[in-house]
Amino acid sequence: MIYLQLFLEFFKIGLFCFGGAFGMIPLIEETVIKHGWLTEAEFINLIGVCESTPGPIAVNTATYVGSVMGGPLGSIVATLGVVLPSFLIILLIAAVLKNLTNNKYFKGFMRGVKPVVVALILSTGSMLLLKAIGFVGLQEFRVDVVSLVILVLLAGVYFAITCLWKKKLSAVKIILLSAGLGIVVSRVSEAMGKL
Amino acid sequence: MLAELFFTFAKIGLFTFGGGYAMIAQIKEVVVEQKRWLDEEELMQIITVAESTPGPIAINIATYVGYKKKGVAGSAMATLGVVVPSLIILYIVSLFLDAFLQNKYVAYAFTGIKCGVAFLILRAGFGLFQKIEKRVVPCVTFGIVFVLMILFDLLAVSFSSVWFILMGGVLGIVLYAVLSPKKEVE
Repeated sequence: MIYLQLFLEFFKIGLFCFGGAFGMIPLIEETVIKHGWLTEAEFINLIGVCESTPGPIAVNTATYVGSVMGGPLGSIVATLGVVLPSFLIILLIAAVLKNLTNNKYFKGFMRGVKPVVVALILSTGSMLLLKAIGFVGLQEFRVDVVSLVILVLLAGVYFAITCLWKKKLSAVKIILLSAGLGIVVSRVSEAMGKL
Repeated sequence: MLAELFFTFAKIGLFTFGGGYAMIAQIKEVVVEQKRWLDEEELMQIITVAESTPGPIAINIATYVGYKKKGVAGSAMATLGVVVPSLIILYIVSLFLDAFLQNKYVAYAFTGIKCGVAFLILRAGFGLFQKIEKRVVPCVTFGIVFVLMILFDLLAVSFSSVWFILMGGVLGIVLYAVLSPKKEVE
């Protein structure tokens, strides 16, 4: 039963995503790939789309995956699943457990979770970076020159703007910048291939 | 009031990109400065609660504000408000993304976006990394989980990161609440 599965898996994601917008990405990746709902490449495309569309990333990914796997109803079910845990927990805190966040066990739990979440985000980011430049498996690593050039340019432009110019770059701007670099570098490499 | 909660949060959901902290600035502007539903101090308290509970921060804040204004029905309407714009937009995107990717230039753009996504996630990770307590247990926990996650990925071992989160939490409870509750009072 795909609807129940979507609901439960996204409920789990909603329940275990700590650490803001990026905290849930490792868990979402793991879940959609384990069930074969998306391929690695589709997942990365989706995160790119979610970063450049409005709204919380968790809700965006839930809607998308739900729709791909179960149509309109699937998207609603998955979105409800991802939202319900926070909704219920906050309701509980607002209505009954006003002091939950001052409870020492609760605080201890959150404090212990923090470094784990950071490790999950950084390990996911590192693996995505490796995969972006052509890593497939330990036996299979052919460097994707186009992506490598894009990354170097992206990092260069980013640090030039943030360090020299002292401007902040939002997630949307970084996605747009990387899309532009993708088009330019791929086009140039295509033109060079024809020579 | 219920409709107002819904539409106010729908507008917040519709006009904030990138999720998370980008939304807080928008929420502050609308909820505190325009609507005066909360004062700044209350918002800060809610953000603290939202940061220490699971789930998207925008959802947490919407639920809280809605409850404060109009009880359970209010919290449901405010939360739906944040969710509905994303639901509609991403549903439409899901119908067209594959066809869209067939276009050569869109595919080129996504070659770049793939790098941008890795970059964004690493940037967020480094930002949080600097906030880890500079003490033995948090640093060792970080190191072990980071190395294991990379190893599991390289060796294609399937292991749910939920277990790491739960183990970290239990370790936190034992260490900070059971063993040294007094020393750790902040």
